[in-house]
Amino acid sequence: MSQNKIDIKKFQSLIALLLLCIVLGLMTDKFFTAENGLNVLRQVAVNICIATGMTLIVLTAGIDLSVGSVLALCGAVTAGLFKNGLEFPSSDLFVGFTMLGAILAGLLLGALIGWINGFSITKFNVPPFVATLAMLTIARGFTMLYTKGHPISNLGKDFANIGSGTFIEIPVPVWLAIVVVIIAVVVTQKTRLGRYIYAIGGNEQAAKLSGINIKKVKLIVYSLAGSLAALGGIIVTARLDSAQPNAGISYELDAIAAVVIGGTSLSGGKGSVRGTVLGAIIIGVLNNGLVLLNVSPFWQQVVKGAVILLAVIIDKLGEKKE
Amino acid sequence: MLEAKHISKQFGGVKALTDVNLKLYPGKVNAIIGENGAGKSTLMKIFSGVHTEYGGEILLNEKNVCFAGTKDAEAAGIAIIHQELNLVPYLTITENIFLGSELVNHWGLLDKKQMQDKTRQLLKKLNLGIHPDTKIASLKVGQQQLVEIAKALHIQADVIIMDEPTSAISDKEADNLFSIIAQLKAEGKTIAYISHKLKELFAVADKYVILRDGQTVDAGDMKSVSQDELIHKMTGRQLGFEKSGRTINEAPVLLSVKNLCLRHWLLRFTNVLNNISFDLHKGEILGVYGLMGAGRTEMLETIFGLHPKNGSGTIIVNDQDIKIKSPAGAIVAGIALVPEDRKLHGLILNQTVKSNISITVLKQLERWRFLLSSGKEKELSKNYINQLGIKTASDMAAAKSLSGGNQQKIVLAKWMATHPQVLLLDEPTRGVDINAKAEIYKLMKSMAARGIGIVMVSSELPEILAVSDRVLVMCEGKLTANIAIEEATEAGILKYALHKTETIA
Repeated sequence: MSQNKIDIKKFQSLIALLLLCIVLGLMTDKFFTAENGLNVLRQVAVNICIATGMTLIVLTAGIDLSVGSVLALCGAVTAGLFKNGLEFPSSDLFVGFTMLGAILAGLLLGALIGWINGFSITKFNVPPFVATLAMLTIARGFTMLYTKGHPISNLGKDFANIGSGTFIEIPVPVWLAIVVVIIAVVVTQKTRLGRYIYAIGGNEQAAKLSGINIKKVKLIVYSLAGSLAALGGIIVTARLDSAQPNAGISYELDAIAAVVIGGTSLSGGKGSVRGTVLGAIIIGVLNNGLVLLNVSPFWQQVVKGAVILLAVIIDKLGEKKE
Repeated sequence: MLEAKHISKQFGGVKALTDVNLKLYPGKVNAIIGENGAGKSTLMKIFSGVHTEYGGEILLNEKNVCFAGTKDAEAAGIAIIHQELNLVPYLTITENIFLGSELVNHWGLLDKKQMQDKTRQLLKKLNLGIHPDTKIASLKVGQQQLVEIAKALHIQADVIIMDEPTSAISDKEADNLFSIIAQLKAEGKTIAYISHKLKELFAVADKYVILRDGQTVDAGDMKSVSQDELIHKMTGRQLGFEKSGRTINEAPVLLSVKNLCLRHWLLRFTNVLNNISFDLHKGEILGVYGLMGAGRTEMLETIFGLHPKNGSGTIIVNDQDIKIKSPAGAIVAGIALVPEDRKLHGLILNQTVKSNISITVLKQLERWRFLLSSGKEKELSKNYINQLGIKTASDMAAAKSLSGGNQQKIVLAKWMATHPQVLLLDEPTRGVDINAKAEIYKLMKSMAARGIGIVMVSSELPEILAVSDRVLVMCEGKLTANIAIEEATEAGILKYALHKTETIA
């Protein structure tokens, strides 16, 4: 009996997604086409990358508000390094970057920013909300400084392919998201690190007394989330063939929404990457459906907000019954 | 006069109080005496309206009263000053005293002037020369306590209950407190005074009531009783278990603790632990007894590396001087700690029995140093579930769904899995039913028989006597006795736990 209950809870978001798809399929002709499906997936790929990192953080009972800005900064730096290289005017030194080199540098920068978030949280006990809120502003500021407020465009066909190319009919960003999700699922479900993440979110004191190095785990998690935001930035930049200084604004909210709709508890210890992926797809399908139904963008925001609220209420009601 | 008649109180199936009868006299300091868990706090909570469901009746000035809550009790003139003070740190003295009963002027705004004046009068009465607008956070603990008393005076309480008022203050502050108590006494207030410090009770109290195992065992005048008589009355109970009576002294020393000190986390010049030194032999069960606040838990925590900044001293395991800076370091050194509060510190309640057991040894369950082997993990948890007789629907059940005793066994299992040499147990049978208790004792003895050294902190004297091979007694952060089990008696142990005697080497 109790086993059944758990199963229903587990598939709650999947059922919601299926219902949503059926309703949209009945209401519009275009929804159930391969083209539209791939379109939705391409749109949610970036959010899936960011939200996967966010899930790891939220599982430790933390949060990262800086991902949108980190996305913009790392996208811009990757584009800038690839296109213009790195110049040291004082010493006449110039370092050029290959595409792969620039991408790696962007990912590393994301990890570094995440590490700094983790450092202020673990070393100085700054609440994650505040530490990453500060980083949101700082990273955006650096983005503006680095780009001087102008987009960095025309990055070449190879780079653009990361965002708009396909591989076996499926968009490259979707492949990237799939790889990220598979790795994240393995890490959370099958490795020591994953267990520690859940343990810290479930009961930090007990985790500490069990000999887990809380600080180290948190540093790793925030760094991972930072580099996943950077990956999102690289995809966004490639898709537009241009790094926009204003990229990624309010992306953190979409990521948190995906995490929450996917059933991960903001107080930590409960939830899954799988749920977050479903959450991100639900948001994507909803956006897509509302556009297909010609709902005004203003109403779209209202509906999206209401869905988030509804998802959490259903989750809480389920908890009470237990 | 406050009188309790046939008071009884149950928590779940556990009887906390059974047919308690006592009288608290006005104009007197009435000492309430008893071991940890004797029922003192429960009784005081009934008097002050915290617990509203109980059997029996309470008479205040010969009238039957029944409080629906603390506000009710306060209105009837009963105030309680808890050991953990109940003030809002970032509000001023005035704001705290008038919290919930603020005075307003005819505009409906706070009448600060009048509240301040009243506070000033109260503070003057208590010889506290501090401005009423001082924030609580900037006061010393002793001063905060006086603010609590001022609060009690403000609501014109006739009965003032003080729970361990001198546990956190200096001798000088205590003297000041005693003179204020004398003053309140002279005004005809009823003072109920709970303390473990017998010397202090002889100085300040007029009457005494002794509680033991939730029952009143004796009452009378302080003048007509001696310290030894009091101690005897607090403990005089039948032993429920056989003494263990083994001698282990010939076994090699496993753990040697030297000059362990722990600084207070806030008060830099106060020590929570003072130069604690002892040896633990292979296969020995060392019982540690002490009253609340003696520093027992802190001692285990310091050994386990939880206080790397404030703790100091030498810890030698198997003749090796080791520096333990974190629980992880302690585990590597072969030390395990089963904490006092399993829900707060021992378990991840929402997670499965399986992952709670395996959390300490995940590294050993990895394949290719990377992926956890679910087969190995299942085997490990099944093994301990069977070995310890953990009653659970399955290894995938959430830890919170198990009973207290079975939860405690999970915590034991997760530490047994690390194959420790030294096992530190903090109140291992708290909140555990009698069967599980016996099983845990059996388990401890079988581990000791395999050469594991066990340090068991306990508040229950019968438990200490039943399982220990040797008994350490702590009092106010110091080790006050090291008694071989053959010479240990309840009264003897309690004497050292209560007295401030010379520290043993």
